[in-house]
Amino acid sequence: MHIVVCIKQVPDSAQIRVHPVTNTIMRQGVPTIINPYDLFALEEAMRLRDKFGGEVTVLTMGPPSAEDSLRKALTFGANRAVLLTDRFFAGSDTLATSFALATAIKKISDTWGAPDLVFTGKQTIDGDTAQVGPGIAKRLGLMQITYAAKVTEYDAAEGSVTIERRAEGGTQVLKSKLPCLVAMLEGTNEIRRGTMADALRGARAEIIKWNAKEAGVEDLSKCGLKGSPTIVKRVFAPSPRAEKAKFIEIPEGGSLPDALIAEIFTRQPALEADLTELARGF
Amino acid sequence: TKKELPEHFKAYKHVWVFVEQERGQVHPVSWELMGAGRILADKLGVELAAVVVGAEGETVRNAVAESFCYGADLAYVCADPALADYRNEAYTAAMTNLVNTYKPEILLLGATTLGRDLAGAVATTLLTGLTADSTELDVDADGSLAATRPTFGGSLLCTIYTLNYRPQMATVRPRVMPMPDRVEKPLGKVIELPLGLAEADIVTKVLNFIPDRESSKSNLAYADVVVAGGMGLGSPENFQLVRQLAQAIGAEYGCSRPLVQKGWVTSDRQIGQTGKTIRPRLYIAAGISGAIQHRVGVEGADLIVAINTDKNAPIFDFAHVGIVTDAIRFLPALTEAFRKRLSAHSRDKLAS
Ligand SMILES: Cc1cc2nc3c(=O)[nH]c(=O)nc-3n(C[C@H](O)[C@H](O)[C@H](O)COP(=O)(O)OP(=O)(O)OC[C@H]3O[C@@H](n4cnc5c(N)ncnc54)[C@H](O)[C@@H]3O)c2cc1C
Ligand SMILES: Cc1cc2nc3c(=O)[nH]c(=O)nc-3n(C[C@H](O)[C@H](O)[C@H](O)COP(=O)(O)OP(=O)(O)OC[C@H]3O[C@@H](n4cnc5c(N)ncnc54)[C@H](O)[C@@H]3O)c2cc1C
Repeated sequence: MHIVVCIKQVPDSAQIRVHPVTNTIMRQGVPTIINPYDLFALEEAMRLRDKFGGEVTVLTMGPPSAEDSLRKALTFGANRAVLLTDRFFAGSDTLATSFALATAIKKISDTWGAPDLVFTGKQTIDGDTAQVGPGIAKRLGLMQITYAAKVTEYDAAEGSVTIERRAEGGTQVLKSKLPCLVAMLEGTNEIRRGTMADALRGARAEIIKWNAKEAGVEDLSKCGLKGSPTIVKRVFAPSPRAEKAKFIEIPEGGSLPDALIAEIFTRQPALEADLTELARGF
Repeated sequence: TKKELPEHFKAYKHVWVFVEQERGQVHPVSWELMGAGRILADKLGVELAAVVVGAEGETVRNAVAESFCYGADLAYVCADPALADYRNEAYTAAMTNLVNTYKPEILLLGATTLGRDLAGAVATTLLTGLTADSTELDVDADGSLAATRPTFGGSLLCTIYTLNYRPQMATVRPRVMPMPDRVEKPLGKVIELPLGLAEADIVTKVLNFIPDRESSKSNLAYADVVVAGGMGLGSPENFQLVRQLAQAIGAEYGCSRPLVQKGWVTSDRQIGQTGKTIRPRLYIAAGISGAIQHRVGVEGADLIVAINTDKNAPIFDFAHVGIVTDAIRFLPALTEAFRKRLSAHSRDKLAS
C-alpha cells in the first residue's frame, strides 16, 4: 500500500512572543516543530504500512527550512519525504494550500503509485482551521473522514476502510471506499522513536524538493496570495479589561469563604436561588 | 486589494445559518449563530435564512419551526432519508446545491466536529473563502463580512475578509456568541430542494453509532456554573477538591490544559482555546495562571472568580473577583461554607 501523510512545520507556539509595541509576532529564535497533531497521523500510517506492507510518503509545503521536519519524519520511519517550496506559495490560505498539496499528491501518485490513503492531522496549532484535510479530499475527489480515532479495518481486496470517527455525542463507525483522506484525532497513538537505521537514513536521505512547476502546477494564480480568497486585513491586540480583579480579604470577625460567597451573590443576585435549587439535586 | 465584485457574484444576497441537527436534536450553536446572523442581516438590510438538512420527519420539521422562533425570516430545507446520519458526501452535495441555486452572500456554520468537516468541504467545492473559529462577526460600510478570530492561541486577533468571492463563509465555536431569546413565532416561508442523490450513489456507509456513556457526557460548555482547577493544585488527589466544590453547588467541573496532558483529567474537561469555550454565570478558577489560551475560553463568563497564591498571576487581569490564597486549603472551606448557606436557604424555603 502507499500512504501519503501531510505534515506542517509550525512554530512552537508555547514560545511565541508578541512585540509589545508593534503587535507583530516575534518569530526570531522561536524553534519550529512538526505540528503535534500530525504525529498521530504519521504513526497511524506507519502502523498500517507495517501491517500491510508498502510505503509512507510524507509531504509538506513550506519554506526551505521545513526540510528539518521532513528529516525528523524520516527518522521516525517514513520512507520518503517531499518538500513543496516556492515563493509562489507564500501567503496561501487554506483553499490555496489544499490546491498546492493536492497537485503535489497527484505528482506523487504519478511518480510512486497512487496512494490508498492520505493522512492529515486534525488541525494545526498555528492556523488551527482544520480546513486543509477536507480541502485536499474535495480537490482530489477522495472520500473524507475527519476526527478519526481508529482505523479498525483495511481491506485492500475490497478497496474499503472502516474507521471510528469522533462525532457530536458519540462515535460514528464509517465504512468507506479507497482512496480515502483521513484526518487523525489527537491522543490516538504515540509516535514511535524510530530505529537506529531510520535515524541514520533520515540524517542522510535526500529530501525531494519541488517548486510549483515541478509539482505540476499549471495555473500559478491558484497559488499563494493570488489563489487565496481570504484576506487578513487587520491584526490587533485584544483590549485589556478596564478594571482589574477586586481582591477579597478576610473581614474582621468573618471568614474568607463567607466573604467571597457574599460578594458572588451581591454581583449575581439571581444565582443564589438557582444554586439552592441545583444543590438540592445532589 | 478591494476590487469590484465580479458580475456573476452580484446576485448573491442574504445571510444563511446552517442549522445542525442530529439524532433528534438541534445543536444550540445553531441558535447562537442565528442571533449573530440576525444582526448581520439587519445591518445589510437583507433576509436571514435557516438551512436545515436531514431526514424527512419530526426532527427536521421541528428544527425548521424553531428556526423561526430564533429569528429566521425563511428556511431552506433539503430532506431525504439518505441524510439521516451525517455523512460528508451527502451533506456537501445538499449544501452546495442549495448555495448554487439560491445564492447567499454569507453562510455561517458551527465549528463542531460536524460543522468543521462540512464547512471545509463546502468551501473547497464552491472555491470560496472560509474563516475558521471566528469570535466576532460584523459587516463593513461596503457590506463585506468582517470575521475576527484569535491568532496564535489568542495573543492577537485578526480580521479576515473574503472580498471577491461568494458566499463569504465563517465558522464559530459553540458558546462564543450569546444565545438569543426564543420568541414564539408561526412558521414562515419554507423552500425545499431535493437532494438529487440516491443512497446507492453514496459511497460511505454508517455501520454504527455508539453514543457516549451518559456518565462521561459533560455539559461543560453550557453549564451555568463552572469550577475549574489548574497546576496550582499540585496533584490529581487535590483536584478532587474542585470536583467536590462543583458537586456541592451543582456545577460542572473543568481544568486547564496541563492537567489533561498529565492524564489527571479527561480531555472533554479542558477549558480554553483548544478545549471548550464556556459562558457560565459564575466561573471559579483555582490554581490557574490565566494564560491567554485559557483566557479566550472563559471571557464570556458573567462573573470570574480566581483563587491563586500569586497576586501578580495574569488571571487577575481579567477575573472580576480575586482571592490571594492557597487553593488547597481554601477549597474545602469554601465548599463547606456554600453547603451551609445553600442548605439554610433550602430550609427557609421548605419552612415558608
Ligand atoms: C493565525 C492564522 C489564522 C488563519 N486563519 C485562516 C482562516 O480563517 N481561513 C483560511 O482559509 N486560512 C487561514 N489561515 C491560513 C492557513 O493557516 C494556511 O492556509 C495554512 O497553510 C494551512 O492552514 P492551517 O494551518 O489552518 O491547517 P489545518 O487545516 O488546521 O491543517 C490540517 C492538516 O492539514 C495538513 N496541512 C496543513 N498545512 C499543511 C502544509 N503547509 N503542508 C503539509 N500539510 C499541511 C496537516 O496534516 C494538518 O494537520 C490562517 C493562518 C494563520 C497563521
Ligand atoms: C497551542 C496551545 C494551546 C493551548 N490551549 C490551552 C487550552 O485550551 N486551555 C488551557 O488551559 N491552556 C492551554 N494552553 C496552555 C497554556 O498556555 C498554559 O500553559 C496553561 O493554561 C497553564 O495551566 P495552569 O494555569 O494550570 O498552570 P500554570 O501556568 O503552571 O499555573 C499554575 C498557577 O497556580 C498558582 N498556584 C500554585 N500553587 C497554588 C496554590 N496552592 N493555590 C493557588 N494557586 C496556586 C500559581 O501561582 C500559578 O499561577 C495552550 C498552549 C498552547 C501553546
